[in-house]
Amino acid sequence: MTSLYDEIQEVRARYPEGSRSAVLPALRLAQERDGWLSRAALEEVADALEVTPAFCYSIATFYDMLHLEPVGRVTIDVCTNLPCALCGAQEVVEAFESELGIRAGETTPDGGITLRAVECLGGCGYATVVAVNDRYRQHARAETVPEILGELDG
Amino acid sequence: MAEQHKVLLAGADERDLTQLAEYRAIGGYRGVDKARAMTSDALIDELQQANLRGRGGAGFPMGRKASLIDRKSPKPKYLVVNADESEPGAFKDREVMARVPHRLIEGCLIAAHAIESTDVFIYIRGEYLAEYEVLAAAVEEAREAGIFGDVRITVHRGAGAYICGEETALLESLEGKRGQPRPRPPFPPIQGLYAAPTQINNVCTIATVPVILEMGAEEFAKTGVPSSPGTAIFSVSGNVVRPGNYELDLGTPMRELIYEHAGGIADGRELKAVIPGGSSVPALSPDQIDVPLDYDSLGAIGTFFGAASLIVVDDRCCMVQLALRSTKFYMHESCGKCTPCRVGTRWMVQILESIENGTATHADLELLDSVGDNILGKVLCALGEFAVYPVASYLDKWRDEFVAHVEQGGCPFGSSSPLEGILAPSDQHAHSPMAAEALV
Ligand SMILES: Cc1cc2nc3c(=O)[nH]c(=O)nc-3n(C[C@H](O)[C@H](O)[C@H](O)COP(=O)(O)O)c2cc1C
Ligand code: SF4
Ligand code: FES
Repeated sequence: MTSLYDEIQEVRARYPEGSRSAVLPALRLAQERDGWLSRAALEEVADALEVTPAFCYSIATFYDMLHLEPVGRVTIDVCTNLPCALCGAQEVVEAFESELGIRAGETTPDGGITLRAVECLGGCGYATVVAVNDRYRQHARAETVPEILGELDG
Repeated sequence: MAEQHKVLLAGADERDLTQLAEYRAIGGYRGVDKARAMTSDALIDELQQANLRGRGGAGFPMGRKASLIDRKSPKPKYLVVNADESEPGAFKDREVMARVPHRLIEGCLIAAHAIESTDVFIYIRGEYLAEYEVLAAAVEEAREAGIFGDVRITVHRGAGAYICGEETALLESLEGKRGQPRPRPPFPPIQGLYAAPTQINNVCTIATVPVILEMGAEEFAKTGVPSSPGTAIFSVSGNVVRPGNYELDLGTPMRELIYEHAGGIADGRELKAVIPGGSSVPALSPDQIDVPLDYDSLGAIGTFFGAASLIVVDDRCCMVQLALRSTKFYMHESCGKCTPCRVGTRWMVQILESIENGTATHADLELLDSVGDNILGKVLCALGEFAVYPVASYLDKWRDEFVAHVEQGGCPFGSSSPLEGILAPSDQHAHSPMAAEALV
């Protein structure tokens, strides 16, 4: 298995020398490995990119998809922007909240699932859009929430 | 039922155009050969003649942008495709990448030849995982087939930030920085990516370029309307019977799109408002929807073509709730660089909350107007304006609804509006029990 360090060197080679363009792909690689970006992971990425950990931290805080806290093994992101909201997104959020027993923004106590309300996912014509581990489930309704959760067990 | 005019999406209903062989079977990549047989000057002339206007929002002619590139610069020239598509209401670029990725790649190769570039970056929003996979596979297949010549195409994934769709923020992000807009000038054609001359275009703009080569600029310029030739993929969402993407000639009446293609208002409701360019533009009232869908016609009635994305709103919806949810989005996405935008959007949210919950006075409506006025023209990029334009239009056209909130001390719609209590990311419980433990 290639180490994170080696993978990052491979990504770095795709961008002009001396640029920092590889920072986003590098942080993504670390997050794919650990699920989130711990302080140790930020230091590891910084080391591989020859930048400071503070620089990596400043980038990680800017982007919504980079997590500076642990998230569940499964992330469920429900779009609540206007088009989805007009088509019942709030009911979908509430159905997830009651099925999971947590509020949006929280993780189940066993660390299994993180539920979040998110901004437009670019699927507004297929409302409500729910991303389960970044895979889109479109046309979600309150009634289809148990089905979406049921698929996770299998 | 009214017919679409599929040009960008041509062939995708009949064939799997994600496959190189299938795209070639319908004449794909012949435009590259045609383009490469021309000098870059001649190609830029051709693109200028086509008068293709940018599909990302501002409508600037793509060929003119190419003519501004300093091709004599000793630095490399870059072509950057804006695939960040994060405007609420917009989902057209996604369909192009998922269904006709080779048309986008062909457009990249032609545009790269025009500006004498060998380095192309496609910046795709991080959430588009499935689209990234299709696009990356298509890039790989075309590369292996030797179509690229000396051009390199790199697909670069974002990580969740609406502001990175703004072109200079995108460049910053691509350079590995926080995605905060740059002051202009210098403009990207002079000093863009890595301080080198850079052409930036939207996915649909670039995917239209092979169509121009195939038809010839003269013929292309005769399609659509004279001021805006060609087709656009219109994303229709909200309270219509058949939401989705519809590719139509520019100049098609908005009424035809909403009532014929998209099947009219859902559940037998009445039309209340149309936000025609994605959530960042001024809304139209029902008496304004006979407008032709092109840049100049929409501009003439005080709104924008924007991202060709229509959000259709029915009569159940409370406009204060709509304004509040919209403003929370812009507050959340403000990059924080300019005070009027960073603080102003927050202030707007607070005022709108007080109007919605019935604690506002008439003076607060004036205050909301004035906070908006103090953002417009006083910020570095258009995001600040995008926060204000829609709200100012709701406040102007549906003022009686705002006044009713104040006079009745609460929302006349209450829970009959689908936006009642709608959560935004900024409302949620940010700290999970798990995270708290991890910090110890
Ligand atoms: C806040 C903000 C967000 C934007 N988001 C996008 C976007 O997601 N996609 C896009 O193509 N253009 C977006 N734009 C417009 C770009 O800045 C730029 O005008 C466009 O990419 C140019 O391409 P075009 O000429 O082909 O339209 C945005 C602009 C602003 C101010
Ligand atoms: S207007 Fe807003 S988003 Fe744009 S640069 Fe200023 S603070 Fe950032
Ligand atoms: S509003 Fe939900 S995907 Fe766009």
